[in-house]
Amino acid sequence: MSSGGHHAHPPKQPDIEDGPYSWHMALTDAVADLLLAKGVITGEELRRTLETIDAATPARGARLVARAWCDPAFRTRLLEDVNAAAAELGIDAGAIPILAVENTPELHNVIVCTLCSCYPRYLLGAAPDWYKSRAYRSRVVREPRAVLAEFGLELPDHVRIEVHDSTAELRYMVLPLRPPGSEGLAEEALAALVTRDCLIGTAVPRVPAES
Amino acid sequence: MAEAERVVRRHHDMGGLPAGPVEPVEHAHAPWEKKVDAILRLLVGKGVMTLDELRRGIEELGPGAYDELAYFERWISSISNILLEKGVIEVAELGAAIEAARARREATP
Repeated sequence: MSSGGHHAHPPKQPDIEDGPYSWHMALTDAVADLLLAKGVITGEELRRTLETIDAATPARGARLVARAWCDPAFRTRLLEDVNAAAAELGIDAGAIPILAVENTPELHNVIVCTLCSCYPRYLLGAAPDWYKSRAYRSRVVREPRAVLAEFGLELPDHVRIEVHDSTAELRYMVLPLRPPGSEGLAEEALAALVTRDCLIGTAVPRVPAES
Repeated sequence: MAEAERVVRRHHDMGGLPAGPVEPVEHAHAPWEKKVDAILRLLVGKGVMTLDELRRGIEELGPGAYDELAYFERWISSISNILLEKGVIEVAELGAAIEAARARREATP
């Protein structure tokens, strides 16, 4: 293979927590090295992409929710086009369309990808392992109420549950209900109530009890 | 489950099937996992491969590998197979690059 010189390799990252160097880790480095050596990708692109991956966290989705709670016009725009509404706040929601599904007192939404692991990563960061697990993917479409109860979310019987199965072309985020007791909170404090699981639908925002 | 459903389903198509409790596990991604993710994003962004090809490659790993491999192990397996299939990389150079990566790793404790 042709050599791009040692500078073609991106800076080595700490591997302390990786444990032994597995065959798949070697395969990953090998594929990256070949793509770098062939000029298919550059070290700079690889570095920037890793930064982009690290920058996406559920705080982005939470900001959208808090703004929608505070600004009815923004809420309308969010429900019409999440990607465009996110761009208003300077958030890149990615190229794949995202649909916000809104909880109401009578309806609770939850998202899944039964076929693989589609997830609104630009707004929520990396998907948790359980989202990609066989148990979650298999069961949440069949017995969502039981699965939500396993997450500690007991919904009253009169609340209907809709499960949204994501695809490569359309992803979802849940727009949860603003919790009781949050009336006096500013937008930033509201965003702090919106956890990743609230955006997936396996939890709902709650105002912590006064200590 | 209806017999017809049993026949048409492939192993990755698990929606609605019986399964055990959802274990609420998660882990912070290791650097190599983020690297797999970054490689994929760049290849898709550059039009070298598509997300649908990634999925097809994962589904073609077969039921055994699908359930035994970790999530990003499936991804890099699919990515490397698709790159080989497209002629972007070749088997011999991939083998050499894997050996080189291992040797480099052994040389830096």
